Amino acid sequence: MDHLAFLTWVRGTGLDIALSLFVFGVLWRLIEIYGLGVKKDLSEPRAGEAASGWHTIWRRSFPQKEAMMKSPVTYAGGIIFHFGLAIVVLFFVPHILLIKDMFGFGWPGLPSQVIDLVTVVTMVAMILVLVDRLVKPVKRFLSTKADYITWVLTFMPLLTGWLAVQHLLLPYTLMLAIHILSVEILLIVLPFSKLFHAFTAFGSRWYNGEVNGHKGVAV
Amino acid sequence: MSATMEKGVRVLKEVIDSRIASYFSSCVHCGICADACLFYTETGDPKYTPIHKLEPLRRVYEQEYTLFGKLGKLIGWSKAVTDAELAEWQELVYNSCTLCGRCSVVCPVGNDIVYMVRKLREGMSASGNAPDGLKGAVTRTVTIGSPMGIKLPAVKAQIKHVEADYGLKVPLDMEGADYLVMLSSMEIINFPEYLGAIGKIMHSVGKTWTLSSEAFEATNAGMQIGNSDLARVIVTRIVDAAEKLKAKTVISPECGHAYTALRWEGANLIGRPFTFKVQHIIEVLGEFEAQGLLKTEGMETDKLTFHDPCQLARRGGVIKQQRVLMNKVAENFVEMPDAGFMNWCCGGGGGASAIEEGEELRLKAFAVKIRQFNAVKPDRLVTACANCRIVLEEGLEHYAMKLPVIGLTELVAEHLPEPK
Repeated sequence: MDHLAFLTWVRGTGLDIALSLFVFGVLWRLIEIYGLGVKKDLSEPRAGEAASGWHTIWRRSFPQKEAMMKSPVTYAGGIIFHFGLAIVVLFFVPHILLIKDMFGFGWPGLPSQVIDLVTVVTMVAMILVLVDRLVKPVKRFLSTKADYITWVLTFMPLLTGWLAVQHLLLPYTLMLAIHILSVEILLIVLPFSKLFHAFTAFGSRWYNGEVNGHKGVAV
Repeated sequence: MSATMEKGVRVLKEVIDSRIASYFSSCVHCGICADACLFYTETGDPKYTPIHKLEPLRRVYEQEYTLFGKLGKLIGWSKAVTDAELAEWQELVYNSCTLCGRCSVVCPVGNDIVYMVRKLREGMSASGNAPDGLKGAVTRTVTIGSPMGIKLPAVKAQIKHVEADYGLKVPLDMEGADYLVMLSSMEIINFPEYLGAIGKIMHSVGKTWTLSSEAFEATNAGMQIGNSDLARVIVTRIVDAAEKLKAKTVISPECGHAYTALRWEGANLIGRPFTFKVQHIIEVLGEFEAQGLLKTEGMETDKLTFHDPCQLARRGGVIKQQRVLMNKVAENFVEMPDAGFMNWCCGGGGGASAIEEGEELRLKAFAVKIRQFNAVKPDRLVTACANCRIVLEEGLEHYAMKLPVIGLTELVAEHLPEPK
């Protein structure tokens, strides 16, 4: 298969397969998890202002001072790479064109120099959190193969996308095809790995906040 | 697999709900919960990382409730949880977890880790892997009526003493009182001044109250060990007494877990809402103060600080009242670092103080409290949990730190105007 045929496949059939599996996987997992249900809390709720599901969804996006001091790399690296990923995925003009092509609507993008910079910063942040995972005893202890595999799967789209735009290492067509393929692999794995926290973190924060709200704990 | 083990796994399968599924699906192994746990911060041993304490529960969840987990089990990729593993986990699930809840409030993805430890204990207990100290406490609560083996005559003897010492009547089994007062064994044995303080305060604010001869002990070892059936037996005793005496409010004593068991778990354990209110004594005093009923005179002049019991503050939502009360009777009240919502546990909550083999670890973890005390160098330490109080006293003695510990209720009672 030549480069162009490869690119055509990942853009067509490959993307269709990946997106289908992604949508199926997300729905399957959401039903698998939230279909289990929770028992109604029969204790009398405390009146007054307190935490709530919505509050905690928002609040946990920011560190508490003490936790921030103890895990600065986890927090700073984590926040930077999550925001960086979102910016690169959602505001790189070719990505928006793809979305417009598929769904019929789009939004203004950011200049490519800005995306370039954000990509590099995001990759550096990801490398830092990986080093932290290897160096910090607790994180190293908790880490499984899946933690390292998902890191690679998340890093690859960033790296290959950046290399493609910079015309580095491999011919552009081939690099672009590899980039798209790496995204497709990520999409397929996401629902069935810890990457699914992209969905469940909101549910978890909601549940946690709901309990604290019920008890009247002001968080 | 042994029969008890089979029962343990069955119980674990039963306790898994959407919350637990969502929590396990969200964990990214960031390790932030470790820094919130005193057993990790004071030992530096990664095995005390809160989320790691849940590994057996996570495996059961994965193998029973996820597609790939089921497949993995089928083809033998993932191994079933064994009896030996659960035995090994006893130290992590009981000795090194006081259900203090600090991990649950720092987790960036929002996992309520304590909620899961509480549920894992159900399986540990069902499979016979709970610590002996707690098993004994549960047996005594169910057969005798209290975890420390205290019977009604002991309570009656104390009532007599209190009536003689304070010159007031301690009502027993009085119908229709405003408040049904519960005690903890610790208060009956070690801190009789609590009952006297209640009597003085109720008299001073003009409220009626009573003790019950059928339910006087509020601590719930069934909840601590993780046996909801037994926890229900213990709660039912209190519910029956409250309904029989037509009490409007049941007062949970200065005991953190008694409060959680009664206030938040109680109705869920018996499967229906309560017909009465449940309040911690500090909430009640806070209410008296807010209504202008609580009149005090004189101020403590030495430097006092307050240790927030986890189940009262972070897990219970009572944070402001104790501060209002402290400032009402103490002119030199200082706050320790992290006081209030993020206060560090004494290390003996959640039944941990009943586990003999956990004592060494508990005392090691107590170093965090010593740091907190050293930061403000108080003359006396005030708290509102009899269990915290005992554990604090033991810890202070171990570290050879001279710091008297007192209960907030009795401190408030000391400042009531003398009855005319």
